Amino acid sequence: MPPESDALLRIENLTRVFSSRRGLSSHNVVAVDRANLTLPADQHEILTIAGESGSGKTTLARMILGLVQPSAGRLLFKGRNVGRLTGGAQRAWFRRQVQPVFQDPFATFNPLRRIESYLYETVGNYGVAPRRTADEPIERALGAVGLTLREVKGRYPSELSGGQLQRISIARALITDPSLLIADEPVSMLDASLRMSIVNLFRELKARQSVVYINHDLATAYYASDRVAIMLRGWIVELGPVHKVLGQPLHPYTQLLKKSVLEPDPRLKSSDRVSLAAAEDTTFLRIGCRFADRCPRVMEICRGVEPADIAVDGRTVKCHLYADGVVADRTERGSAHAVCGERVACLSERVERGVGPPDGDRDIQRIQQAELSDA
Amino acid sequence: MSAPPTLPAVDVAEVRNLRAYYLTSTSNVQRTVRAVDDISLQIHEGEVYGIAGESGCGKSTLLKVLLGMPTPPLTVIGGSVHYRVDGRDVDLLALSDAEVRAMRWQMVSYIPQGSMHVLNPVSKIRNTFRDFIAAHKPDWSAQTDEHVRDYLDELGLPETVLDAYPHQLSGGMRQRVTIALATILSPRLVLADEPTTALDVVVQRGVIQLLEDIRKRMGSTLVLVTHDMGVHANLAHRVLVLYAGQVVEEADTATLFEQPLHPYTQYLIKSLPRLDEASERVSIPGRPPALDNPPSGCRFHPRCPYVMEVCKTLVPRPEEITPGHRVACHLVGPTPISTEAYAPRV
Repeated sequence: MPPESDALLRIENLTRVFSSRRGLSSHNVVAVDRANLTLPADQHEILTIAGESGSGKTTLARMILGLVQPSAGRLLFKGRNVGRLTGGAQRAWFRRQVQPVFQDPFATFNPLRRIESYLYETVGNYGVAPRRTADEPIERALGAVGLTLREVKGRYPSELSGGQLQRISIARALITDPSLLIADEPVSMLDASLRMSIVNLFRELKARQSVVYINHDLATAYYASDRVAIMLRGWIVELGPVHKVLGQPLHPYTQLLKKSVLEPDPRLKSSDRVSLAAAEDTTFLRIGCRFADRCPRVMEICRGVEPADIAVDGRTVKCHLYADGVVADRTERGSAHAVCGERVACLSERVERGVGPPDGDRDIQRIQQAELSDA
Repeated sequence: MSAPPTLPAVDVAEVRNLRAYYLTSTSNVQRTVRAVDDISLQIHEGEVYGIAGESGCGKSTLLKVLLGMPTPPLTVIGGSVHYRVDGRDVDLLALSDAEVRAMRWQMVSYIPQGSMHVLNPVSKIRNTFRDFIAAHKPDWSAQTDEHVRDYLDELGLPETVLDAYPHQLSGGMRQRVTIALATILSPRLVLADEPTTALDVVVQRGVIQLLEDIRKRMGSTLVLVTHDMGVHANLAHRVLVLYAGQVVEEADTATLFEQPLHPYTQYLIKSLPRLDEASERVSIPGRPPALDNPPSGCRFHPRCPYVMEVCKTLVPRPEEITPGHRVACHLVGPTPISTEAYAPRV
């Protein structure tokens, strides 16, 4: 295992369960299920998390921001366990390092407050600079998004366009000079003619920051990001470089997603039909693969056994199709987190390090044996 | 589906020089938002007519007028909306409320945006259907349930949705139930306002399939309003592009995407990212104008890279460049016409 400081962000088996009660019965939804993800420290990148609504992408982002506590698993930022950060100083350090950009710029800002008050407030809250010299970091942050303090000062949110507000929202996040930005659908509320300028801005910001970009628009993901993680019902089903995952998708769900994108080109119009799920919540509880009901290539094993994360062609795919003779163990939902998670961690770590799958296979066997002897 | 339907271009609806403004007055300050400003268009029988544009370009306002429900502050200042009903020409804006109500859902139907907020949350889908049919098709009342079941079956929706509450359905299923509700009385013309917005890609494709199936089965006409050019490329036969309440360009889908002539349309299409290609995309500089004080001349001129002197003063009229391809731009239009016709009359 490489030293933990190798990674900017390391997510290990991160899980979040939401419970709701109705009368005497309670109902669990596993919003994020044993997610594994690593952002390298030595180079900046834009990682897109894509998936349909309810796939857990926002919950994952909120856990990275520390807004939602994980139910299980670890989240290491620059080698420190975020869940165990103690004391105001450490937490303030974390919040300076990881900053959010929210979805709807019209809802982010109070319409009755002048826009620059948010910028000064951020400077003050994080102690970036004393009040007298607060203009300096603000000017620098606004400069990074193509604005100046003079343009912004004294204005109310209603006087600015959605694109400008989103730029200011990004500038606010940049004031503390974070190493990681978490942007949750930052362009989905913007007009079509302004969208690309914000997406291009993220591409420029990559020079100084890494960005986790939540998005359900695959074409924008392809345009903007280096790596992409496709989420389905709490699982990361495919993770890898964007030109591979969206160029030649391997997981049947990613293939379905790619096929469904409506290309703005009448020549590429396809008449393929898609099948849709009727209701949303049942698939969280099923045994086996959560895509089995909708998968065109479903096999017997998919309905009973949860697929493992398998390294194929420079990416990880959570699908039995690529299991290559390895018979994954039968996992029982709920209690399986620890064991199964360890195996997944071994595998995905190897993928991150570029070590091939044969070692992964041996790991699986080793863990399977361990499980058997446990039982 | 790529070829337009074989049609002797019979118009099912026609809009002539329509102006619909939002007129408000607060403490003696008059405000006029010119949301639809001199728009003319024709919708042919059996086609999918796409209306594209950004938020605030007047798409939804146009739909409200087409549906015959301009409620204050929205006021129709000029122009007319004509429907062809059983071979007769009907002037929608001259009808009484009762006559409009009789036409609605059976002749003209509407699929609203945001199915989340349209269905009654405390009523099962079955009861929503019952209420709807009791109000608009009383002679079915004895066999309401059978009609509804048969229709859902035709559309391939599971019958179990009838016993569900809206919150128990997924977003895509809710949207499809709304579509079923809007089309169960076999309307000739269906107006869909952003039917795929806020849905996931896979669900989007499913909803588009359903709209296309319904149109083919009933031979109805679909007016599709959305800002998503991908939806237009995949579904529409002809597309109208609006900007700041005015027509910018209109052409059949293939022409519009391959040879857009107006600089705004060109930007709109070129700025879209595509899969498998990551070459640099640029946004249109500037922002869409506020409609209570639109720019003089061509409303796009402050953002246009090819702006000329004439654009700042003269409003370009939509001109037919080639048959079926209308463009409102001084770059491509013939001689500009006097500004008088466009001078505000309020």
